[in-house]
Amino acid sequence: MTKDSTANATATSTPDAVAANRPLLKVEDLHLYFGTSFGQVRAVEGVSFELAPGRSLAIIGESGCGKTSLTRGILRLLPQNVSKFTGRVYLNGLDVMQLSDEQFRKQIRWINMSLVPQAALNSLNPVVKVGQQVIEPLLIHDQATKEEAMERAKEVFRIVGIPEAFLDRYPFELSGGMRQRAIIAMALVANPVLIVLDEPTSALDVLTQANIMNALKKIKQDLQLTYILITHDIAISSELADEVLCMYAGQVVEHSSAYRFYREPLHPYAQKLMASVPSLREEKQPDFITGQPPSLFNPPKGCRFAERCHKRFERCDEEPPLFAVGEDLVRCWLYERS
Amino acid sequence: MQSVKQLVEEQPQAAEKQEEYLLQVSNLRTWFELKRFGLFHAGYVKALDGVSFNLKYGDTITVVGESGSGKTTLLRTILGLAQSTGGEMIFAGKKIDKRKDLSWLHRQVGFVQQDPYGALPPFMTIRQILREPMIINGVPKEEQERRVREVLEEVRLLPVDDFLNKYPHMLSGGQQQRVVIARAIVLNPKLIVADEPVSMLDASMRVEILELMRKIQEDHGMSVIYITHDLSSVRYFSEYVFIMYAAKLVEKTDVESVVKNPLHPYTQVLLNAIPDPDPDNVHRFKEVPPGEPPSLINPPTGCRFHPRCHRFIEGLCDVEEPPAFEPRPGHFVECWLYK
Repeated sequence: MTKDSTANATATSTPDAVAANRPLLKVEDLHLYFGTSFGQVRAVEGVSFELAPGRSLAIIGESGCGKTSLTRGILRLLPQNVSKFTGRVYLNGLDVMQLSDEQFRKQIRWINMSLVPQAALNSLNPVVKVGQQVIEPLLIHDQATKEEAMERAKEVFRIVGIPEAFLDRYPFELSGGMRQRAIIAMALVANPVLIVLDEPTSALDVLTQANIMNALKKIKQDLQLTYILITHDIAISSELADEVLCMYAGQVVEHSSAYRFYREPLHPYAQKLMASVPSLREEKQPDFITGQPPSLFNPPKGCRFAERCHKRFERCDEEPPLFAVGEDLVRCWLYERS
Repeated sequence: MQSVKQLVEEQPQAAEKQEEYLLQVSNLRTWFELKRFGLFHAGYVKALDGVSFNLKYGDTITVVGESGSGKTTLLRTILGLAQSTGGEMIFAGKKIDKRKDLSWLHRQVGFVQQDPYGALPPFMTIRQILREPMIINGVPKEEQERRVREVLEEVRLLPVDDFLNKYPHMLSGGQQQRVVIARAIVLNPKLIVADEPVSMLDASMRVEILELMRKIQEDHGMSVIYITHDLSSVRYFSEYVFIMYAAKLVEKTDVESVVKNPLHPYTQVLLNAIPDPDPDNVHRFKEVPPGEPPSLINPPTGCRFHPRCHRFIEGLCDVEEPPAFEPRPGHFVECWLYK
């Protein structure tokens, strides 16, 4: 993976000197299946990637491609009906999959990795004051007394750009943008190293969206955080992404740098996806992808995108591995020799 | 019993002399009353405050605005689902003011809802859903079946027989939205109003649905009012764009001028905030005006955008409400800068 100066600038919690170049998050061969009365849904199949500290990774793909399941798997926020959950997840070199649920909750979740959930507007408890909700993670993890926690809450409110007085308000008294900021404050309060942003701006207006993106960029610069951003809005993803992980039907089809992905993506699916983005400023006719993604109950053999692919050839009946193209990875037979 | 064709053609005088405009709206107001305590009166939410525009036959208008700007109320008022409290609406030469006119109006207008899954009754098959409007409007039975097949072909749900007996939950989001569109056109309306028809769909599918709607509109010469908060898709879909801010249409013009030469300061910041996929975005901060859209109960005096405007003229913008100026032919803007 790409190593740049930001990776060195970030202090990792281990005294290890080699830590500087070590990925903050390393996922190896993660599988996540759900059992339903119709059979097994293979939501995530063999996903591996590395993420260096201080970088941000955008995970994009159509709905149902497994992007949310993947991050839920990493954070272990799983529903009851999981039928298979295997693979390895390393955070700062620690294999968190070995931890019990209770250990994971105590040591990792919210302390080291936190989440800004999808539909954040509905994620606040309507009958509890915002301030009380923001300090909750600190109190639960016994990191601070109530007074200290309130001080910390004021600090994070300043960071995300909400007046301190709003700590005493109820969620309904806040506008959509303010509520979103409060949720981000909640994710920041315990000082995590990694934040997962699941469609952080999908329900917001254009101007509010731009505001929140500005805030997230500033927070990342100031606090040297690592982001994982999940979205299906490609234009928005480019606001935060250093690298892009493109998923299709539970698999990674392309993992490349933002410069590669937004300028000349490798995988035919990624190319089509980029072509489908309507542009306000350029004269181009947007394209669309015909057909539908395959069922995850019984995914097709061979390349999963072959059905809809405009560059299909004989090789595609066989499942392609990830090929390296420069520093980037792509799951497509077209790149076999390069 | 009448056929679909007769239903549509049967309309008062208007058909005789060719009108230029399908819909003329002038100074339309929709105020919702707040709770009243005995004699004490709490005020109004002015969701639509003095909106005027004309829509020609076969044209498409897009109304763009943030949530709470009143765009959905505009649409509901046009459909007669919200009672207007002032102003005038003329549809195909006929003034709409009585309840009786509404049932006539509903036959001429198709509605495409935002959330396809919520808009389709879960316990009805696609055939039943599409027949419902025809049953209500007394289309003969034989024709119903024929028309159902016709519209399904038109929205490209092929082969038709695979879909007729399915229930909405068996379809994907894109297919559901096609059914909603099919239902909107089943009575062959003159006007289609679409409330964010693609906001619930995946990006890869949005363009496909918009192109489908565009094609249907061109094939049948329908007019469309399309409501969205997504300016970037507007370009592929419509001729005219109206920008809505705090219950008013602040800028009305064609698509090219709004993209290349936006006049109202609000339109300018709105365009500026829309991202294009570009890896350099990571290093740039966007310029966004401070504050949030005003409350519609107590909107600011004068121009409603003035508290957030960077070109605000003291003593004018905060005192007097700007009328619509026309700095270039066909380009209307409610801003004192263009006096």
